[in-house]
Amino acid sequence: MKREMMFKLNGEAVNVEVESAWTLLYLLREILELTGTKLGCGYGECGACTVIMDGQAVNACLVPVLEAEGKNVTTIEGLVQPDGQLHPLQRTFIDHGAVQCGFCTPGMIMSAKALLDENQSPTDEEIKESIAGNLCRCTGYVKIIEAVKAASGR
Amino acid sequence: MLHYDYHKPDSLKEALGLMAQYKDEAVFIAGGTDVMVQIEQRKLKPRALISLRNVVDLKRNEDTTIGAGVTLRELQKNPMIQEHFSALHDAACNLGSIQIRNVATIGGNICTAAPSADTACPLLVLDAKALLVSATGEREVDIDEFFVGPGKTVLRKGEILKEFKIRRFTENTGSVYIKHTRRAAMDLPIVGIAVRITLNRNDVKCRDALCALEPISKIMGYFEDEELKCEDARIAMGVVAPRPIRARHAEAALKGKVLSEKLIAEVSEIAVSEASPRDSVRGEAWYRSEMVKVLVKRGIMKAIERIVRPGEVVYPERLW
Ligand SMILES: Cc1cc2nc3c(=O)[nH]c(=O)nc-3n(C[C@H](O)[C@H](O)[C@H](O)COP(=O)(O)OP(=O)(O)OC[C@H]3O[C@@H](n4cnc5c(N)ncnc54)[C@H](O)[C@@H]3O)c2cc1C
Ligand code: FES
Ligand code: FES
Repeated sequence: MKREMMFKLNGEAVNVEVESAWTLLYLLREILELTGTKLGCGYGECGACTVIMDGQAVNACLVPVLEAEGKNVTTIEGLVQPDGQLHPLQRTFIDHGAVQCGFCTPGMIMSAKALLDENQSPTDEEIKESIAGNLCRCTGYVKIIEAVKAASGR
Repeated sequence: MLHYDYHKPDSLKEALGLMAQYKDEAVFIAGGTDVMVQIEQRKLKPRALISLRNVVDLKRNEDTTIGAGVTLRELQKNPMIQEHFSALHDAACNLGSIQIRNVATIGGNICTAAPSADTACPLLVLDAKALLVSATGEREVDIDEFFVGPGKTVLRKGEILKEFKIRRFTENTGSVYIKHTRRAAMDLPIVGIAVRITLNRNDVKCRDALCALEPISKIMGYFEDEELKCEDARIAMGVVAPRPIRARHAEAALKGKVLSEKLIAEVSEIAVSEASPRDSVRGEAWYRSEMVKVLVKRGIMKAIERIVRPGEVVYPERLW
């Protein structure tokens, strides 16, 4: 079943024709070619596909595309300022060596952003809880937690 | 790629009407964290999905009513749930990740009816009632009667779970859910144990002993000296049977008795005898039985902690 759908993506209104059996992840990567959001497992286990929908971190691989209708979706591509300036989280991830292969990074940053948008000075425990659904095979997480803490201004 | 229709009704009536149009062949989807995985794994090939996300009738979350459409994250953040239905709060803090909890619903968790469903044991010890709605009317079932077997419930085709009713408990009541896992997050329980206890009083002299490193036998001795009595008890166990179950004999052995070390040891042994765990990749049967014994004791002690020192983080956290 094909359907027209409107939603807000990284601050801009988007009107797109979708197939009702798609996931939000499929729309983002395959149709809109925003490949910053990764497909890792496709089952909600790895968090590589994390985006923010109406202020909440969600696994885009589990969101039926039509649930994004009328919603406000932010992906990693939406974090850079119009003048090319990186988002503070992107900056601290680089500065603290929190990126190795980089596959988990967009998802990690989106999970961390959802946390910081709601809570400007999270505890270590709260940071860990926010990224518990994001697997990283490279860093061992310590530098990621440091980077989030640095971006929080704590 | 699969094809299916996708509908987003705003009301229960509309959702039931759509289901009737598909002659009960469509599938309801709430947060989709079970449904979308089953579709991805090709275990489910629906003709149509009927989304319950916009159905406001399922969203009530007040006092003694918890709508089936309430998300785990909403439960986790609700101070009323934490205070009055602590076992459910424990489950909500430990189910999946934040991304999962942001969309996963309590109704979806119960309707999937996995033996490991984290909200099941808490709802069992809280004596929850489930309200089921269909085109022909409503019916109320005790949560203990809702589960039939792995993935099997009393829900009829096309029926919707609307909400849970939980009564407010009397003073001196505390509940807890302990999820025993290998990993600290993103893991299903090897065993899950929920306990709810009502004591005869909460002004016990030994409340400070709970925060000190006194041996358990000493603390239990204080309980006995002060005649601290268990007036009511519920114990539920997950992943030890085809469905989450109550340990009714263990409950009966605890009810009306003065707490003592011997009593708690007996109660936990009885709970083990009511479990019929199997070997699985997550844990072997003998291990599950051993852990039931440990966790029933621990659950009783944690529930007492919560009655005696309400609203406090008891430190050091003891493994009892
Ligand atoms: C990565 C990951 C981690 C997970 N971790 C855990 C965990 O730690 N513990 C745990 O218990 N579970 C876990 N789950 C399983 C799942 O997230 C939960 O069972 C969740 O609560 C399901 O809710 P939902 O709203 O997403 O259900 P959905 O997938 O939308 O629906 C589940 C089932 O219930 C039916 N249904 C839903 N709502 C209703 C209703 N109101 N009336 C009638 N039928 C209904 C649907 O038709 C479907 O059959 C995990 C899943 C994933 C993907
Ligand atoms: S791709 Fe979505 S969680 Fe792994
Ligand atoms: S940096 Fe490689 S997976 Fe995290």
